[in-house]
Amino acid sequence: MTSLPSAPSAPSPPSAGPRSLRARIVAVAVAAAVLAGVAVAYTLHASQRAQSADTASEFGLDQGHLYFRSTEAGAGRVARLPAPDGAARKAGTTRASTTSRKDARTTGGPSCERFYAAAGTGLCLQRRAGIPPKSYAVVLDEHLREKRRIALTGIPNRARVSASGRMLSWTMFATGDSYAGSSFSTRTSILDTRTGYLIKNMEEIPLTVEGRRYHAPDVNYWGVTFADDDNRFYATVSTKGKTYLVRGDMKKWAATALRTNVECPSLSPDNTRIAFKKRVREGTRDPWRLYVLDLHTMREHPLAERRSVDDQAAWLDDGTLAYALPGEGGRKQDIWSTPADGSGEPTLRVRGGSSPAAVR
Amino acid sequence: MYLASTGALAQGDPAAKAPEQSEVRRGRVAGPVLALGAVSLVTDISSEMVTAVLPLYFVLQLGLSPLQFGFLDGLYNGVTALVRLAGGYAADRGGRHKLVAGGGYALSALSRLGLLLAGGATAGIGAALAADRVGKGVRTAPRDALISLSSPPDALGRAFGVHRAMDTTGALLGPLAAFALLWATADAYDAVFVVSFCFGLLGVLMLMAFVPSRPHQHTGAPARPVAKPPGKALDLLRVPAFRRILGAAALLGAATIGDAFLYLLLQRRLDFAISWFPLLPLGAAAVYLLLAIPAGRLADRTGRRVPFLAGHAALLGGYVLLLAPTEGWPLLIGVLLLLGVFYAATDGVLMALVTPVVAPERRASGMAVLQTGQAIARLVAAAGFGAAWTLWGVAPALTCACVALTAALAGAAVLLPRTERQA
Repeated sequence: MTSLPSAPSAPSPPSAGPRSLRARIVAVAVAAAVLAGVAVAYTLHASQRAQSADTASEFGLDQGHLYFRSTEAGAGRVARLPAPDGAARKAGTTRASTTSRKDARTTGGPSCERFYAAAGTGLCLQRRAGIPPKSYAVVLDEHLREKRRIALTGIPNRARVSASGRMLSWTMFATGDSYAGSSFSTRTSILDTRTGYLIKNMEEIPLTVEGRRYHAPDVNYWGVTFADDDNRFYATVSTKGKTYLVRGDMKKWAATALRTNVECPSLSPDNTRIAFKKRVREGTRDPWRLYVLDLHTMREHPLAERRSVDDQAAWLDDGTLAYALPGEGGRKQDIWSTPADGSGEPTLRVRGGSSPAAVR
Repeated sequence: MYLASTGALAQGDPAAKAPEQSEVRRGRVAGPVLALGAVSLVTDISSEMVTAVLPLYFVLQLGLSPLQFGFLDGLYNGVTALVRLAGGYAADRGGRHKLVAGGGYALSALSRLGLLLAGGATAGIGAALAADRVGKGVRTAPRDALISLSSPPDALGRAFGVHRAMDTTGALLGPLAAFALLWATADAYDAVFVVSFCFGLLGVLMLMAFVPSRPHQHTGAPARPVAKPPGKALDLLRVPAFRRILGAAALLGAATIGDAFLYLLLQRRLDFAISWFPLLPLGAAAVYLLLAIPAGRLADRTGRRVPFLAGHAALLGGYVLLLAPTEGWPLLIGVLLLLGVFYAATDGVLMALVTPVVAPERRASGMAVLQTGQAIARLVAAAGFGAAWTLWGVAPALTCACVALTAALAGAAVLLPRTERQA
């Protein structure tokens, strides 16, 4: 009994070393707990922010607005502006804001790599890091709420919605194929939102070139654009180093090549003309120029835009085209527009934006 | 018991080599080494988290080209070599190893906040990257010097093995943590930076709390380096044994083509999706992790010269495997295994090899000179291999690398002093 008091004190007394070691362990443990708390709290905050950005949008699809992916305010998310006056008048709205278009930008849409919308349907292509990275095509309703999500592989490239909002199409650069070089590989999908029928890769569509059925392992489709009947469509096919404009038919499930050197076609709202990028120079330096092809006469003319445009142009109305170009002054991309008849001058439409889509 | 046996050893007491005493020592590693290992583990989680996501962050989030990133990265790695010498020299002046190493750890940790604050500004990101690399350069030599100063001479290989195993554990956990975070937060890179900063800061705190600033020295040399200043780092080159080790390391380094090229060659041969590319270094690191301690113990028993040469022979085996008509899994596993063996048998072992020939008061400078020499030689080798690949194609370039490494191995076998093992 009398010897007991010395026993518990045995570990600590002789030097300050062990005790200070214990103090140091406690101090580091407390610091670790605090740091862990900070890390967990920040991660939870970030994941909540990300989820709200993924699904929720602070606005819906309304007529008379130009939607785009912002790279400035609310970077990576969809934003919108009141549409240019011409389109607004056409849509019958009475918006009279020619002033301070820059300030009228509304941010806080869904986060997308590429975006397009028409009528009551939005199409948002997303990409998630990870091993391996994943991509998604997200179908959005008129409130820009998620309706359907399709998992994909590759890097989002082109997105289109038919004028009625029924037919959707998108193109992904395939990863693993050597897309970084001059040759690359694409997967183009078509989704019928009314039936829910999804064609994940349209490469198997029977193709006719110069009147004959064409077979080749290297056919790549991209940049589909649908006509008003939601059946006829146009697209680019590339094979053996050439690109063709093809006209496709959903019901017959067939495609016919119409002419060469047409990429990323975009059908005008009145369905009479196709805007496209034409390769005007070999190699990687400024290869493309925007053209418009008249489908009745099959005559083409260049637009006033003289810079190389690597985008599927979007019709703001029957007389105006919009497209993304590398940004100036450190911005990643800007949206420009130019008259569709080749007259006039290109004008800067949106600073820090891409994926233009006018909802009429 | 432990202290007594190492003390006896430090005085060269032959009784210290008695088998039962070795048995006891084998089971344990000095406290400061474990503490430094834990610091490295936590710090490596921090730094590898960022390293793993930076290319994705640059290319996908900021829209820079991979080429720009590669250029920035290579530039800063070059700068590291010079900073390392300064760090080693500063550490030796007055024996401030812990202070200099701690400064390096702190700078790297703070660079995460720089990444966070930079947003998308390229200049800010460049500055944060530079701060990280300077921190890494500054801390490495003082840290290795601390390990060597805290360990008995005949257990150096094991001490470095334990440290490298813990270090590599962090390097393995880091990318996994980063990708888990990106997955959980849907690409919130800022969360990766914040968590990385927390790990980095924890590493600094652990260093401050658990690593003694003046370790108990086991070298038999005067314990306090303050008496005489370290002099110029280049004075080291007057020590013949050091010169020979530096020569051998540089020679072998100049025949080492770099991991990135090996992974690229594997990808070409096996033709798997680019998205699996980040997993390759993890495979090699896992082997390194498993073999670091056994290789260190083997080095203590056989002399460090043999594992160091054998490790490079394993690398040569990897080159040959890539040249030979091996296919599929055997090729993948074989190359990653041999690369892991190479690191396990050479990285820490080289530090153990050089320790006995550098006086304690020059230890950090000596290690810095050696590491810098090796790094510069490897830089030259990578550039040379890249040029050969472009000019002549893959197979001739790889054949050249095989011939060069074989010649370097022969040269190093002649150069490396045999007397390194303490009798």
